[in-house]
Amino acid sequence: MLRDITLGQYYQADSVIHRLDPRVKLVTTICFIISLFLVDNWAGYLIAGLFLLMIIRFSKVPFKFMVRGMKSILFLLIFAAVFNLFLTPGEVVVSFWKLKITREGIRFAAFMAVRLIFLIMGSSVMTLTTTPNNLTDGLEKLLGPLKVLKVPVHEIAMMMSIALRFIPILLEETDKIMKAQIARGADFESGNLIRKAKSLVPLLVPLFISAFRRANDLAMAMEARCYRGGEQRTKMKPLIYHKADVLAYGTVACYLVICITFGKILL
Amino acid sequence: MSIILDHVSHIYEEGMAMEHAALKDINLVIPDGQFIGLIGHTGSGKSTLVQHLNGLLAPTSGNVYYNGADIHEKDFDKKQLRSKVGLVFQYPEHQLFEIDVFSDVCFGPKNLGLDKKEVELRAYAALKQVGIEDEYFYQSPFDLSGGQKRRVAIAGVLAMKPEVLILDEPTAGLDPKGRDEILDQIARLRKETGITVILVSHSMEDVAKYVDRIIVMNQGQIMFDDAPKVVFRHYKELEAVGLAAPQVTYIMQALKEKGLEVDTDITTIEEAKTAILKALRR
Repeated sequence: MLRDITLGQYYQADSVIHRLDPRVKLVTTICFIISLFLVDNWAGYLIAGLFLLMIIRFSKVPFKFMVRGMKSILFLLIFAAVFNLFLTPGEVVVSFWKLKITREGIRFAAFMAVRLIFLIMGSSVMTLTTTPNNLTDGLEKLLGPLKVLKVPVHEIAMMMSIALRFIPILLEETDKIMKAQIARGADFESGNLIRKAKSLVPLLVPLFISAFRRANDLAMAMEARCYRGGEQRTKMKPLIYHKADVLAYGTVACYLVICITFGKILL
Repeated sequence: MSIILDHVSHIYEEGMAMEHAALKDINLVIPDGQFIGLIGHTGSGKSTLVQHLNGLLAPTSGNVYYNGADIHEKDFDKKQLRSKVGLVFQYPEHQLFEIDVFSDVCFGPKNLGLDKKEVELRAYAALKQVGIEDEYFYQSPFDLSGGQKRRVAIAGVLAMKPEVLILDEPTAGLDPKGRDEILDQIARLRKETGITVILVSHSMEDVAKYVDRIIVMNQGQIMFDDAPKVVFRHYKELEAVGLAAPQVTYIMQALKEKGLEVDTDITTIEEAKTAILKALRR
């Protein structure tokens, strides 16, 4: 169950997308998300879908992996779609009892669903093809100019990278503690809501303790290596743009232009 | 009354890029009352194997039987199974959560739906079995020392009165004294109650002294399954897979090579002493 969460997990492979500069991937993801919210017709979504499909193909990450990540947002997806379906005013197509389904509602619900799916998939591609370290390096570099405004960019990036790094560790830990408690006869599945919530105590207490222990150890290890924040810190592998990165930027720009022309202006 | 594994295989992340076969066609019979050492290098599949014994993991193919019943049949009571096959995980002290030692040990029997008196009796007996004194009963488990925490965690499983006790690396991270204490207590416990004990370890040294059967795992398969002295005869093959026989075996082998007529099937220091003395007197 817990292994289904793919968000924030890195998928090891050797592909063009994996090798791209993390800044490119960040900017592309942001552009992709913006494009999803700009277009409002099928042509636009078709183009976005094709673009996404192309990237997934290039990334060599199995498509199954993306779909698996989708399971965790299924509930949200259905929830949003149903609400849009019934609560959008407009031309009524079907109506029964007090519920009305409108033409606009169907359109909205469908767009909303597609938008959400693409959104999650798009950002999954980024996290699946970029190691957390690389990702935060890219973020730090992109946000670099904000340092002038006294924003602690490096510290934010460091916090992010630690948080991301801890996701799989804590997932594994949860799995382990859960199994240990099940072996002691714990039951996480049956019972009503209150019983279920109560049954989580034997899981959450050890999990919190373990998180604090790990945080403590990490802080100690960092201090032992004289870590003291971003001031005058150099990188072992500084980020440099290569030819492929420039090409990627060009592709994204083309995509944006095409997507907006077809998805917004022409139709 | 036994556990039988019939052609059990387990594949992690099946169909994914990280697909990885942890167990390959394991056949095993674990009769009542044996003291078994399950040995293997890190990643040999021993932890995966023990999780099949109480139904925490289901085999990708093959069947597991407990007392003749397939444990993955729909109407099989898994909770009952888990109370009968007690599994103590690696670093079990990480699962402690209650406000005091006593209530933590009560957690297992309470989950079995026993009445309060029985639960407390069992918890008391279990804590005594692992040698925790009364004065610690109402302390927070987090205030105890590492070795004490581990013993409390083991008591948490013992309180369910298992017929089979599985301990996954019970001595990991303990100092030699803590290690001997835990292992001695487990051996004493087995002598007193006659339960089946499976001791998972990567150290031959740890288990040689106690067990009457050793199962050696390598890359998801059973490599040897025999009495300790028979297994240790293959000490060269054991070395090849990153394991080692106890140091005594090496000494005895070396002595024999140098011409001293000693029995090389010896597994403990005590036995070695008598054997060497005997050979010297001759």
